[in-house]
Amino acid sequence: MSISPDLLTFVFGRLTFEALPFHEPILVATFAVVALGGAGLLALLTYLKVWGYLWTEWLTTIDHKKIGVMYIIMAVIMLVRGFSDAIMMRLQQAMAFGDAQGYLPPEHYDQIFTAHGVIMIFFVAMPLITGLMNFVVPLQIGARDVAFPFLNNFSFWMTAGGAVLVMISLFIGEFAKTGWLAYPPLSGIAYSPGVGVDYYIWSLQIAGVGTLLSGVNLIATIVKMRAPGMTLMRMPIFTWTALCSNILIVASFPVLTATLVLLSLDRYVGTNFFTNDFGGSAMMYVNLIWIWGHPEVYILVLPAFGVFSEVTATFCGKRLFGYASMVYATVVITILSYLVWLHHFFTMGSGASVNSFFGITTMIISIPTGAKIFNWLFTMYRGRIRFEVPMLWTVSFMVTFTIGGMTGVLLAVPPADFVLHNSLFLIAHFHNVIIGGVVFGMFAGITYWFPKAFGFRLDPFWGKMSFWFWTVGFYFAFMPLYVLGLMGVTRRVNHFEDPSLQIWFVIAAFGAVLIAIGIASFLIQLFVSFRRREALKDVTGDPWNGRTLEWSTSSPPPAYNFALTPVVHDLDAWEDMKRRGYVRPTEGFIPIHMPKNTGAGVILAGVSVVIGFAMIWHIWWLAGLGFVSLLAIAIGHTFNYNRDFHIPADEVVRTEGRRTQLLAAGA
Amino acid sequence: MSADAHAAHDALAEHHDGASHGSMRGYLTGFFLSVILTAIPFWLIMGDVFRDARTAAIVVLVFAVVQIFVHMIYFLHMNTKSQGGWTMLAMIFTVVLVVITLSGSFWVMFHLNANMMPMSVHDMNKLP
Repeated sequence: MSISPDLLTFVFGRLTFEALPFHEPILVATFAVVALGGAGLLALLTYLKVWGYLWTEWLTTIDHKKIGVMYIIMAVIMLVRGFSDAIMMRLQQAMAFGDAQGYLPPEHYDQIFTAHGVIMIFFVAMPLITGLMNFVVPLQIGARDVAFPFLNNFSFWMTAGGAVLVMISLFIGEFAKTGWLAYPPLSGIAYSPGVGVDYYIWSLQIAGVGTLLSGVNLIATIVKMRAPGMTLMRMPIFTWTALCSNILIVASFPVLTATLVLLSLDRYVGTNFFTNDFGGSAMMYVNLIWIWGHPEVYILVLPAFGVFSEVTATFCGKRLFGYASMVYATVVITILSYLVWLHHFFTMGSGASVNSFFGITTMIISIPTGAKIFNWLFTMYRGRIRFEVPMLWTVSFMVTFTIGGMTGVLLAVPPADFVLHNSLFLIAHFHNVIIGGVVFGMFAGITYWFPKAFGFRLDPFWGKMSFWFWTVGFYFAFMPLYVLGLMGVTRRVNHFEDPSLQIWFVIAAFGAVLIAIGIASFLIQLFVSFRRREALKDVTGDPWNGRTLEWSTSSPPPAYNFALTPVVHDLDAWEDMKRRGYVRPTEGFIPIHMPKNTGAGVILAGVSVVIGFAMIWHIWWLAGLGFVSLLAIAIGHTFNYNRDFHIPADEVVRTEGRRTQLLAAGA
Repeated sequence: MSADAHAAHDALAEHHDGASHGSMRGYLTGFFLSVILTAIPFWLIMGDVFRDARTAAIVVLVFAVVQIFVHMIYFLHMNTKSQGGWTMLAMIFTVVLVVITLSGSFWVMFHLNANMMPMSVHDMNKLP
């Protein structure tokens, strides 16, 4: 019996056996490891009988704290994936000189650098900041949850859905070979007929829904749900940066969505927005994508600035120097970040007048950023500095980020950019600010708020190991790239002729190994801290002598965060409360209105992944079916009226009573 | 569920956002203004009122912008007071960004186009 090819094409689209990478030994080995590991994990979960627990307590949760934790877990997993790409590239570039071709063929190398960029920005940095904001912001403003708890769950699962699609591309088909922003005409159907760019488009579109909605959610939360007395100028700095960052998300992500829609239309239905002929302009894509892309940089770094502000104030035991100027600097950066996008393509040929305008705006942005650095330095000045792990990350950030900022101003000079554009100097610069700013900030934030989330501190020894290996590794890995970039070596090259360059790449690879040890130390730190959780336990809920409201509740906080809504009288509300001899209320509790868990978010995101997969492989019937069921489930969910409940007053009394006992025992 | 719980629930359900939800009169005003603002551009084009196509396009765009404001005031109930001024602030921010994005893109793309090498032999021959 034979099946007609037409039927096969109808059922499977362009998905065939050839799409499975049996011919790539590296991928087959990876797949074997992933499959074995995955099967082992599933077996373990089944053996421990935790599926029900996972479903009811985590997957369907609408508690902002658990969602925040899930975001960060996802980011750490994706960090390992993105870093494997990085170390593969470093190894290839250290090996492939002259006759040696290295171990990665060009088409594989191109997928790796694309996947590295996409994963690190969209599925590591973004989930890290969104997760941290999700966890911290409601606690910091004295709220019980975010404004739209179900939407929050849905946002997380859409982001996770995008990550799943990227991971699928590793084993079914291929990923884009276009670089992380997929410039046409290379990403157009004429030059990238395969599924790689489609994987790129659909994973970003699905994750983009999640990012945008969580932006809306957090803005509404910050604007509408602050504790009584917390005026805008009494908001903690982290909340301020979260507000500005989410405003940037809401304003800029629709541009990315629209740009990718236009690219999809070019690829799927033969329009000519970004093609070379029929009136299309590939440069318009570059222009549009950077109108999103530059604000994106500030979306990532602003919350990191917020973390450093909180950490500096707490570990210097002082009010933050220049709170008002910090707020204004943040707002000014928010606006200015929309006026600099052309500095990403000075060389495209807009001419002197346009280039000088955008060059100058770019240099102006370094003024508010510089003001922030001085604020942190003046906070440290004459402070009682405690060099705990979060503070170490902060000090390292200040040094590293300043170097990155200076090379950034160099690149902002259009004539210099004509020399350095597309070179390894640029690569070194943006890793300098993203690792030195965002990554260090997130590690500081994770270490700082970990005891709040789990009730025990992270092990300081392994924290310091991670810190030192990351910091030293960063300098080893990226300072050689500055040198190479100044010598004119361009990015995204997988083979070199000039043997005199090799030593620099070997040093960079050595740096990458140090960073690998830094990441391993972080994972060991999590494990060791869990083992030593009794010794590292914190019963006070305020292990660092904190200053903001999240430290006033227990660690981990109860589901309702605050038994009674706190009233704010000053900036650094908790520090103010402690100073005035605040007494924790032990009676007068009322029932607390809470939202109920729901599986709708997971299911909707799962269906979205199916739709994305079907669209990538041109399985039209499945895409149609998926879309109809997506609508049906979404509409069906609106008829679910059983979505809230009350925590009875006596349960609140019991929970708070237990904490009273713990506090008494600890004191 | 206890009576206390109901009280707590009611307190949550109440909202004092200060946003107006419109009146019949407001909706009708908006509707007729929109109809008029749509009919005039139609007539301008169908009746060939302007000889110059560019002028016609600019006039139609002006009508479109006026209509956007009519929609925002009568249908979306934009004013300076609702939500403590946050809607207005969000509105201003959006307008600023849209203006930056559009005018910036026009400026950038116009200069690119002017600096481009000619794409065809026909254009090449027209070079000075």
